[in-house]
Formats: sequence, C-alpha cells, structure tokens
Amino acid sequence: MSDSPVAVEHHGPELRHHFATVEQQRDAASLGMWLFLGTEIMFFGGMFCAYLIYRLWYFNEFAAGSRSLDIRLGTINTIVLICSSLTVALGVRAAQMGKRKLLVILLVLTLIFGLAFLGIKGVEWYAKYKEHHIPGASFDASDLVRDYPQIHIDQSHEQIYFSLYFAMTGLHALHMIIGVGMFTYLLYHAAKGRYGPEYYTPVELGGLYWHFVDVVWIYLFPLLYLIDRKPLG
Amino acid sequence: MSEHVLSTKMYYGIWIALMVLTVVTASVAFIDLGPFNTVVALVIATCKALLVVLFFMHVKYASEKLTKLVIVASVFWLLILLLLSLADYGTRYARHG
Repeated sequence: MSDSPVAVEHHGPELRHHFATVEQQRDAASLGMWLFLGTEIMFFGGMFCAYLIYRLWYFNEFAAGSRSLDIRLGTINTIVLICSSLTVALGVRAAQMGKRKLLVILLVLTLIFGLAFLGIKGVEWYAKYKEHHIPGASFDASDLVRDYPQIHIDQSHEQIYFSLYFAMTGLHALHMIIGVGMFTYLLYHAAKGRYGPEYYTPVELGGLYWHFVDVVWIYLFPLLYLIDRKPLG
Repeated sequence: MSEHVLSTKMYYGIWIALMVLTVVTASVAFIDLGPFNTVVALVIATCKALLVVLFFMHVKYASEKLTKLVIVASVFWLLILLLLSLADYGTRYARHG
C-alpha cells in the first residue's frame, strides 16, 4: 500500500480523491466497519455480563428456563444462520469476481435464510407468550415449578431468566431485521450491476455485519438453550 | 482488505465444520459431564466464532494490521468486563441451592 497522499495517476470513478489507491480505500472502509463492530461487541457484552452474573446467582431458575425452550427450533435456527453466513461469504466472493447474476442469487438466498430465522424466532416467542413466560404482570412459571420438583425455583428469579432471554434474542433479532434491510439495499444495487471487482465495499461491509450477528447467535445458542439439558438426577 | 479471493471449496469446508460443531454441541448438552458441560459448550462456540471471523470475515488474510488490532482490543476489553465482574460476583459469598 502506498503512503503517498497524492495520487496522480488516472483512476476510475470508484476511487475517492483523498485515497491513494483503491486498496487503501477498501482497507479504510473495512477498518471503520470493524471499529463499529467493536462498539457492538461492548453493546452485547453488557448483556452477556448481566446474564453471567444472574446465571451464577440463580442457576436453578436459569436451568429450568433453558429446558423450557425448544431446542429443536433453536438448533434449526443456528443451522439456518450458518447457511446464511455461507451464502454471504460466497456472495462477497461473487462480487469480487464480478459475477453479477450469482451475487443476486446469493443475496436473495441470504434474505430468505434471514427471514426464515426471524419467522422461526417468532414461532418460539409466540409459544412463550402462550405459556405465560413473557415477563410482566401475567408471568406464570408454575408449570416449571411443577415440572422440576427436584430443584427449587423462585418465580421472580425465573422472570430474570426470561427477561434476559427476550432482551438478548430481541436485540439479536433487531440486528437481523436491520441486516435484512441492508441486504435488500445491496440486492437492489447488485441487480443494477453497481458492484464488481473494482467496487464491492458495500457488499463486503454488509457481509461483515451479517457474520458478526451470526457470531452473536453462536454464543446465544449454547448460553440460552443448552444450560442444563442433562437428565435430572 | 480482501483482494485475496478464497476458493469456494474453502468456504464449503468451513460451512461443513460449522454444521458439524452445531450438531455436536446440541448433542453433547444431553450428556452429563458435570461442570464441563458449560466448558465444552463455550469451547465449541469459540471454535465456531473463530472459524467465522478468520475465514468468512477474511481476518486471516487481512493486509491491514490495524484491523487485527481493533479486534484483539475489542475482545480484550470484553474479557475485562466479563472476567473482572465474575471475579467480583463469584467470590462475594457462596450460594447453594
């Protein structure tokens, strides 16, 4: 990479005048995205910290709450997100190589996976609503108290588990919704042929965001669904 | 950052590894390993996260060292938050039951 601030050679319209080379411009954009993701790590980190402290204090309630989640749907959703990460990674590659049609197909697939994830999440939340497991005035975890007589369950502590469950999966789903919006934008411009080997920064940054949201879920899945699934003694 | 174009074979390989690890972590959760259930779940999650970050997010091939510095610093700060909080709350008093 050249350190010279002055670029005299002729360049395409994709290179802004304050960058020396296309590569430098790409590095700067990607560094900016990573700084943003750094703030996102701290943003989610606060919730993970709250989760760890309460899990340490109220392990029984967290274990019972975790068992009440649908592990089948949780695993399917993890697989759906991993597939979407693959289509994103292949999409960035298609953009790098200037394969417009392939890029459009992969972006559509990503959107389908993203919406499928949100749909399945909605089904899970609706099940929790039916079970009165949403924290608030109508919260009722007496079914868990009945189902797990081996362990002592305090209902107000059980509410903390479900508060964190909804806050963390809700914040994650909000990121997914923003991601779906971003990818709809990318799809629109990809279809118009704006991205190619010379200029694919939006696809790459959108991809970084999508993968980051996937990584958050990679940790949420074991922490929320797999706390204590082993047979009770 | 990624003038490096990886082969599709590599992406499919990472994808298969991620799928296998997902199935493994979900299955292992039903086996009683005592306190090691949590350890195994977190180790597998970290392996999956590393695969995504290094290969799907191209960090392994990043030419810009600043990018790597930002990532390492972010994770380091996150660990300060989590470990020091746990060192505090985890040692205040023993709670049973």
